[in-house]
Amino acid sequence: MRNVYLDHQSATPLLPEAFEAMRPFFTEYFGNASSLHQHGLRVRDALKTARQHQAALIHAESEEEIFFTSDGTESANLAIKGVAYANERKGKHLVVSATEHPSVMNSVEFLEKQGWTCTRVPVDSQGFLSLDALRGALTPQTVLVAVHHVNHDIGTIQPVADVGRICTEAGIPLYVDCEASAGWLPVDVRAMGASLVSYSPHRFYGPKGVGVLYRHRRARLVSILHGGVQEGGRRAGTENIPAIVGAGVAAEVAARELDGRASHVAGLQQRLWQGLLQRIPYIKLNGPVPGPGRAPNNINISTEFIEGEGQLLLCDLNGIAVASGSSCVSKSLKISHVLAAIGLDHALAQGNLILTLGKDNTETDVDYVIETFAKIVGKLRGMSPMWDEFERGVIDSVIAPRGIGRSFSEHAAAVSGKPAHGS
Amino acid sequence: MSDTYTLYNSTVMDHFMNPRNMGDLKDADGVGEVGAAACGDIMKISLKIKGGRIEDARFKTFGCGSAIASSSMATELIKGRTIEEAMNFSNQEVVEALGGLPPVKIHCSVLAEEALKAALEDYVKRNPESAAPVAKPEPVSA
Repeated sequence: MRNVYLDHQSATPLLPEAFEAMRPFFTEYFGNASSLHQHGLRVRDALKTARQHQAALIHAESEEEIFFTSDGTESANLAIKGVAYANERKGKHLVVSATEHPSVMNSVEFLEKQGWTCTRVPVDSQGFLSLDALRGALTPQTVLVAVHHVNHDIGTIQPVADVGRICTEAGIPLYVDCEASAGWLPVDVRAMGASLVSYSPHRFYGPKGVGVLYRHRRARLVSILHGGVQEGGRRAGTENIPAIVGAGVAAEVAARELDGRASHVAGLQQRLWQGLLQRIPYIKLNGPVPGPGRAPNNINISTEFIEGEGQLLLCDLNGIAVASGSSCVSKSLKISHVLAAIGLDHALAQGNLILTLGKDNTETDVDYVIETFAKIVGKLRGMSPMWDEFERGVIDSVIAPRGIGRSFSEHAAAVSGKPAHGS
Repeated sequence: MSDTYTLYNSTVMDHFMNPRNMGDLKDADGVGEVGAAACGDIMKISLKIKGGRIEDARFKTFGCGSAIASSSMATELIKGRTIEEAMNFSNQEVVEALGGLPPVKIHCSVLAEEALKAALEDYVKRNPESAAPVAKPEPVSA
């Protein structure tokens, strides 16, 4: 059986050269970067080199603007809470887009419970945030704007440079979550006008256990982890040196291979979506069409009349690793908040699948996925009462309505009319 | 399959991959279709009933792996039971027969119970004379 990994948004295999670079830092160069002897100074030097690689990847002015954390979630928590607490006296208002990653959304919710207020800027049906709404949301009390570069779910590329100009004019720091773009698209912190930027090297062939936070030297940020004075006092705790070293190599390679990787996955993205569209009726791409508005490695689809977890499981049993934003996949039984924010019909959100391409995927992989997925859809539709009812004209399609029968949602509400069981 | 990791136990996976009694019944005596308000899954069960006993059962499910497995197992379990026995059917039986479900997926088995009872109610509505010996179905508890 062919194995096709299409979940590069979740994790990527470590580059062999990154692994080799990390190896001596587990055993031979085990020192603590805070120590003043040879063992400490040796790793301190490696830490500086790793910082330089990260600074180069995102066009930061100096490696001193790079802070290492444990992962993207910690970076987002530090960026949001660290800026909010640092500017508490100035104001307690935050502005975020409605489709930020949960690490941003939940950090903001935490602050709301502590007395901050937050405006969530809506997005359109493609996931693009409204610049007018963002401008209108800013108040004299606003201390931070948080907007992602690329959406983690649907691949929408936000107009971050425009957001940056608005924030610069208003004198408000901008935090850009680049978790889904760094290593795949050019990230230029200065062109973005960003005060803070975060990303995770494990999304581009680096190791897990390390996150990167860029902070412009003039942006005020207080620590949320209290202890020693590692990372310029902004992030206490012993540095994860092996991971930081591996992340540095991954950043160096990513900077060099960025264009090649992007054009490779963009070609596969076109092939995959066009193939699926031709082979499978009643399928929809969520987010912008492949092109300048969409990350080149992301495909987010809704296949009508079937549910996403079943699709994911059957893909996995056929060697294809994918993700889904279906309610059945989430532990909260809720559909992805991104799909809700773009106004996707609930039935389509439930049939959701997220495929993220990588540098090692091939055209043969993509063709196998198209053929296999067509069979999976056939199998699941054969089991679905909704497909049967659609074929009999009882319900209509959301993707391509025929004007016969009631909508899926009306039908679902009617058959759920009995008292709902507990959740 | 020994070095393959699965999301559910082997019984659930088996019923998901090789569902029993999947489909519709021609000239069904009772059909029930229910939806889960919590997650959006929809399940349909069709019954063939003869002499007060469930002779055959079929299901169709729009839902996750455990919803498909739950409806497959439920239709297996209820074949051959009397209407009265089937009216007292509980989702717990499905969970036990499947060797357990993750806590967040227990509601899938509840949906199977509800679909079965909706099909039985449909049968009783069509055949009022059969209702006499049947105890009123107990409300489903969460």
